[in-house]
Amino acid sequence: MAADPRFIRDFREAPDERPFGTRSEIITGPVSDWASDFSHTEPEWSADPYPIMDDLRERCPIARTERFGGGWLPTRFEDVAAIAYDTERFSSRAIIMSNFRPPRELAPVGGSPPISSDPPFHRDARKLLLPAFTKAAVSRQEPATRAFCHALIDDFAGQTVVDAAQDYAQHIPMRVIAAMLGFPPEDGPRFREFVENTLEGVNLPPEERMARMSALFDYLLDQIHDHLDHPRDDLTSFLVNAELYGHKLDAGHVAGTMALLLIAGIDTTWSAIGSSLWHLARTPADRERLVADPGLMRTAIEEFLRAYAPVTMARLVKQDMRWRGADMRADDWILLSFPAANRDPAQFDRADEVVIDREVNRHAAFGLGIHRCVGSHLARMELRVALEVWLERVPEFTLADPVAVTWSAGQIRGPRTLPLRIG
Amino acid sequence: MLPDGKNTVDVEIDPGRCQGHGRCYDLVPELFGEDEEGYGRVLSGGPVPPDQEAGARRAVLNCPERAIATQP
Ligand code: HEM
Ligand code: SF4
Repeated sequence: MAADPRFIRDFREAPDERPFGTRSEIITGPVSDWASDFSHTEPEWSADPYPIMDDLRERCPIARTERFGGGWLPTRFEDVAAIAYDTERFSSRAIIMSNFRPPRELAPVGGSPPISSDPPFHRDARKLLLPAFTKAAVSRQEPATRAFCHALIDDFAGQTVVDAAQDYAQHIPMRVIAAMLGFPPEDGPRFREFVENTLEGVNLPPEERMARMSALFDYLLDQIHDHLDHPRDDLTSFLVNAELYGHKLDAGHVAGTMALLLIAGIDTTWSAIGSSLWHLARTPADRERLVADPGLMRTAIEEFLRAYAPVTMARLVKQDMRWRGADMRADDWILLSFPAANRDPAQFDRADEVVIDREVNRHAAFGLGIHRCVGSHLARMELRVALEVWLERVPEFTLADPVAVTWSAGQIRGPRTLPLRIG
Repeated sequence: MLPDGKNTVDVEIDPGRCQGHGRCYDLVPELFGEDEEGYGRVLSGGPVPPDQEAGARRAVLNCPERAIATQP
């Protein structure tokens, strides 16, 4: 077939066309006061952010930091919701709080549509993806997901302690998204590098971050070429052929959305599965109840998503303004903590307890408003199947070594080492 | 029968608020479904019998966008 001109030249080789962004000084080290110097990248936050959030909600509900070039951390549900809904004053041009702000000219498209997009473009970029991610569409992945979970547990044979984060939770979303994008299933370990760099490497020097980001885009370009040569029924071929406003998507949009699906789908779901297993391992009453009554699974999953919401997003303030008492400056970050919102006692009864049959649960783990997680139905399916198969095969398990559990750093939170005793 | 003689409850999803979280059709598939983009819809088109009101109410209490309303 004729080569597609969009992907012949590397679409990144046009430095003159790329406006510069703004860099800020990298500040790390222990936090002096969370109300005026918060940092979501310090170990104290990764280990257990909830007491910090609860304290801030009481004494300084919109906390401030001078790190990352300046930003704010709202911890009340109503403030988080108001910002998520207010796309006029808060931009999604960047959604990972780091020491680099992309140039304003990048709005409203951003580097990875639709998560980085603002209205009105956002709606159209999002609409392209919705049909592939409905509950009905993702249910087609369920049998293969279930079989894969069983295969992972088959591999536990003969072991009494397994790492549920490394040997189980991690692999499930990698396999599912590779299948949906049409990437080789054995490339999983490479995705892990890409994910870690994007989400956890926020305090690395920008040059290094860019070099690593290049490796991701090289990989995606290879996959695009492979799909141009051998078109097939998957999301990559779909994006390569998709049209918006009467034209095919430009190369940056295709690759940016592929990067988003790869990154957004893996760490997040891995974290949700891991946190749920961690909770069940240390809460035998809930574990026994779920094993005895699988009908509780749907409410239990929503409760795990509420209490251990894995995803925090970011926004950039568009213009100087006073917002609910905070003097916000243009380009200040907002660390949009859905986890903090989900623990607000003004929104939830017994907000700090895990209640697996909670009746009223308007949680915000998948965001609120126009950016509601496109993959939420896929993530729910993976989480449900992962827990169902685990509980069926391994109904009894405990934390093998509570102090050996480690948590990811940054905006996606979940266990990264989780040794469980299964026999 | 309700006092005013109607024997159904009206359930409505505000399309301006619904973002397709799908909590309604996940929790109460008897009453709610999804359209081809994942937005919620009331399967009956609006009216539901009073004995199903509890299900409708459950959806109301779990919709993160507060997009569902019931009216007798
Ligand atoms: C438990 C797992 C997951 C959680 C907690 C989660 C959470 C979120 C949240 C909070 C947002 C909102 C972003 C914002 O407001 O800026 C979001 C957006 C998004 N997520 Fe997820 N996510 C998960 C899994 C997935 C999966 C499996 C995929 C797909 C493969 C995915 C794809 C997306 C996309 C494409 C967006 C952008 C939507 C838009 O901007 O319109 N996510 N996710
Ligand atoms: S739960 Fe609410 S937002 Fe979600 S599909 Fe139903 S009506 Fe729409």
